[in-house]
Formats: sequence, C-alpha cells, structure tokens
Amino acid sequence: MATSSRGARVFRNLNAKIAAIPMIFTAVVVFAGFSVWTVVYSFTNSKLLPKANFVGLDQYERLWSNSRWLISIQNLMIYGALALVFTIVIGFVLAVLMDQKIRFEDTFRTIMLYPFALSFIVTGLAWQWILNPQLGIQNVIREMGWTSFTFDPLNNPDLVLYGLLIAGLWQGTGFVMCIMLAGLRGIDEDIWKATRVDGIGTWKTYIVVIIPMMRPVFITTLVLVAAGIIKLYDLVIAQTSGGPGNASQVPAMYVYSYMFQAQNLAQGFAASTMMLLTVLIVLIPWAYLEFGGKKNG
Amino acid sequence: MVDASVNAMAGPRGSKPQRRFSSRNLMLYGTLIVVSLYYILPLWVMVMTSLKGMPEVRLGNIFGPPLEVTFQPWVKAWSEACTGLNCDGLSRGFWNSVQITVPSVILSIIVASVNGYALINWRFKGSEVFFTILIFGSFIPYQVMLYPMVVMLREMGIYGTLTGLVIVHTIFGMPILTLLFRNYFASIPEELFKAARVDGAGFWGIYFNIMLPMSLPIFVVALILQITGIWNDFLFGVVFISKADNYPMTVQLNNIVNSVQGVKEYNVNMAATMLTGLVPLIIYFISGKLFVRGIAAGAVKG
Repeated sequence: MATSSRGARVFRNLNAKIAAIPMIFTAVVVFAGFSVWTVVYSFTNSKLLPKANFVGLDQYERLWSNSRWLISIQNLMIYGALALVFTIVIGFVLAVLMDQKIRFEDTFRTIMLYPFALSFIVTGLAWQWILNPQLGIQNVIREMGWTSFTFDPLNNPDLVLYGLLIAGLWQGTGFVMCIMLAGLRGIDEDIWKATRVDGIGTWKTYIVVIIPMMRPVFITTLVLVAAGIIKLYDLVIAQTSGGPGNASQVPAMYVYSYMFQAQNLAQGFAASTMMLLTVLIVLIPWAYLEFGGKKNG
Repeated sequence: MVDASVNAMAGPRGSKPQRRFSSRNLMLYGTLIVVSLYYILPLWVMVMTSLKGMPEVRLGNIFGPPLEVTFQPWVKAWSEACTGLNCDGLSRGFWNSVQITVPSVILSIIVASVNGYALINWRFKGSEVFFTILIFGSFIPYQVMLYPMVVMLREMGIYGTLTGLVIVHTIFGMPILTLLFRNYFASIPEELFKAARVDGAGFWGIYFNIMLPMSLPIFVVALILQITGIWNDFLFGVVFISKADNYPMTVQLNNIVNSVQGVKEYNVNMAATMLTGLVPLIIYFISGKLFVRGIAAGAVKG
C-alpha cells in the first residue's frame, strides 16, 4: 500500500516534472554542480586537462603571489568602488530630476537608456575612439587653443581605470535611473502631502524621508550593479585590452587567459573560485537581509 | 489635484504660480539637457566619423559633421573589412549572429516559459528549491562554470558548434526569463487554471490553450530581452565557438577594430561598430516602454 502511494506521488504531475527537467538540470548540474567541480579542481595541479591530482592550496599561493592577479584585484576594487558609488548616486539624482513632472520625460529616458541596449564591445570601442589622444577629445580641445591640455586616460596607467569608468557609467547609469524612478513612483503620494503639511522642503524630503523608504530598491540595485562589476570583461577587452601594460587587467581576463590560452587550468580554476568567493561576500549578507528579515517581520 | 501635486514639487511656500521659465525649471531642464548631451555624444561621434573619408578623419574634428558625406566606410565595414585572412567584412559575423540568436531566443523562451508555468501551476516537491538555486545561480560569475561546460559539450560532441552555443545561451538565460514568466503567470487568476482542470485539460493543453494566448505581452518582453542580450554577448561567443569563421558579430567586430596589423581606418571601425550596435538599437527604439519593462523585471525579485 505504502509503496504504491509513493509510486503514485512520483507520477503525479509527471508532465510538469518532465517539462521541468531543463530547469532542474540547469540548477543542480550547471549552477551547483559545475561550481563545485571548479572549486574542487582548483586544488589540483591540472594543466592542459583536468586531473584529480590534489596539491592543496598550491594554486592559491601561486595566485596571490602573481603580480598580474594582484593588479587585477586592485583594479577591480578601485573600479568597483567608484562604479558602484557613481552609478547609484548618478542614477538616483537623474531619477529625482526625472520625477519632477517634467515635459518630454519619455525623450529624456530614451536618451539616457539607449546605451544600455548596446553591448560592452560597442561601448568600449566608441569610447576608445572618443578618448583617442591624436584625434579625439584631447585634440579637439588643443585645436581650440589650449595646447597643453592633456586628457589621455587610456594610455596612462594611472588614469586608465577612469577611462573605463567613463564608458561604464555611460552604459549603465540609465538602467539604474530607470529602477530608481520606478522606486520613486512607487512611493505613496500621501507621503509628499504629509511632508508638505509639515513644511519640509523638497530636497530635505528626498534625503530624510524618501531615501530611507527606498532602502530595498537601493539594496537590490547595489547587488545587481555589484554582480555586474565582478563580471567586468568585455568592456576592458574592447576598450584597452588590459593595457597599457597590465594596468587595466581584471580578474575575468586572468581566468580566461589561464584557462583557455596558457593552458594552466587549475590556476584559472583558483582565480575563478576567488571570483565566486567575492560574489558570495556580496550575496550572503544581502540574502540574509532580504530573506532573513522577512521571517522576523 | 494637479495644482496640489505641482505645489508639492515646488516646495511648501503657498500658491506661487509656476512660471514656465522659473529659475528652478531653467536649472532642471539645463541639467537634463547637459546630461543628455553626454549620453548622445558617443552615438553622434560614431555616426559622424563613419560618414567621413580618412583624410577628413585625420583632420581631427571628431565632433564636427562630415564636410563631404561618404558611405564608403559602411560598405567597406560590411563587405571588405579583414579579420585574419578573411576579408569578406562584418557581414559574415552578422549572419553568424543571426544564426546564433534566432534559435537561442526561441529555445530559451520556450524552456523558460514552461518553467514559469510549471512553477506556478504545477508545483511539485522541491520545485521552489530548484527555482531558488536558479536565481542564486544567476549571480555566479560565468567564469566559474565555463570550463565544466566546455567539458560537457565536448563529451556530447557539440563543443565549438552552433548547437553548443545555443544550449549555453538557453542555460544562462534561464534564471532571468524563468523569473519573468513565473511572475507573470502568477498574476493570471488561478480560477482559469482550475476551470480548465475541471474540464479535463492537461499540462500541455492548458499551456497552449490558456496560458500562451493570455501572456503574449510577456513573450514580447522576453523576446526583446533575449535578442539584445544574445546579440550583445561576447564571452560565450569567444569560448564556445572554435572556428574564427563562425564567430558572432561582437567578436568579429572586436577583432577587426583591435587588430594590430595595418593602418587604423577609424571611419571603417566606427561604421563597423555602428553596424553591430544597430540591431539592439533598432529593437530598443521600436520596443520603447516594453524594453524598460524587460530590464525592470531583472530588478524585481520573486
């Protein structure tokens, strides 16, 4: 009796279960399984092919003594911090401006968001051209008479990250603006009436009342933008190819070159495991706040 | 009602009539216009450069419109630009991208819509767990999963082929699309589903006869999201296509523009860049608010 009812339970919803096989496969095999596989094989000395010859933390020691990796991590931290702060601040300020019951809102939004439809390759190549020292912005301003003007971030190791940042912000701020605007529109009109009755000024209301109310929107945006920054790859490939020298290397490029070019697989696995760790550091507190908080509230 | 809201925006100081050219408006629109210029500038520069001849480009006035308009760079970028030994232009990459994008978009949307439907109407033990793994998985950097994926496709004998890449796009597009469909199907009244069940309709019957016809808008949103996303992909194209002849447009574009050989033809490069950006741009300008809805879906968690 018991076995037959269990059997019946397995066959209940059978079509749905069959239909969900791709999802189950993706979740269990690809997302969970492949990640674990990579982490496990990062403890081996695999070169050309993955071999289960475990060598402990060797790959990680090598990783953290490799200057190219250290530069990559440092770049990601500097670029990441700047991109995170600027994307969110600019996105929010633009959303506030757009929320002032302006005319031509659709036109402005279309203009601010179109870069987001373009690929990072197109973005990187466009800005590479604009920042070209001989023929780009620098040259235009020199022609105007300011002959000593220097703005050549892509060929200056100290400034190259800012060159990337200009392009990255151009591509991504419109998206953040849209999310923030949706958040602002979701706030009850009565809040505005109440602050008006209390005599609180518009800008003060934004800072004191609206921003705290939009905390969930800010946190979501933060996580989305941060996850995107850690994946940063195409933009650098297109705009600087990691140069000048190694000045704009990022972890994703390190992983790619060790896995698919230098044929030093385990080193690539170790580097990608570090990327995974970075994401978890961002993700776990967020998941805790988001889902742990709901149970209490 | 309108007056009240206008005043709420202007501040608390009573009913001062709003003049069209108040200093507040001047600041507001001034800022917005300056910001818009920053966003428009690269598109303007790309188009203008691509319409100039090389002698004019070397004069250096990148912001100026062409003195003499020429479409030669576009023709050259499309049909003559070289990558490696191939000199048949970006048209090759364009058709490769079409061949990659069309089946990937169709397959990923079919799979994800069925996922969303099963998750809402046919919950089974563990279905929410799989969904949660899927959503968290979307934050894992692709680099972590790339190599095992290569191994799997190699074992299946489809590494480096178009089929392999289509599967990769379907897998990695799954989290966001499943979320999109799941949230949409959740908004369809359950009574409809129950009524169909009572009438004896099964899993596929309800999907094709009720869910599909009722959710065309979300299919359009998914279509926009996937066409732009897959067209713009670079990493998967590089990793999962083994023959340079089959590279998607983005990869070929990068190879053309960033090649170290030869004299740099900036006008051809910009024409090529514009050509690659044209498909997502057209989708974007046609779709309008649906595009916004698509990207907003990524920000709204289930």
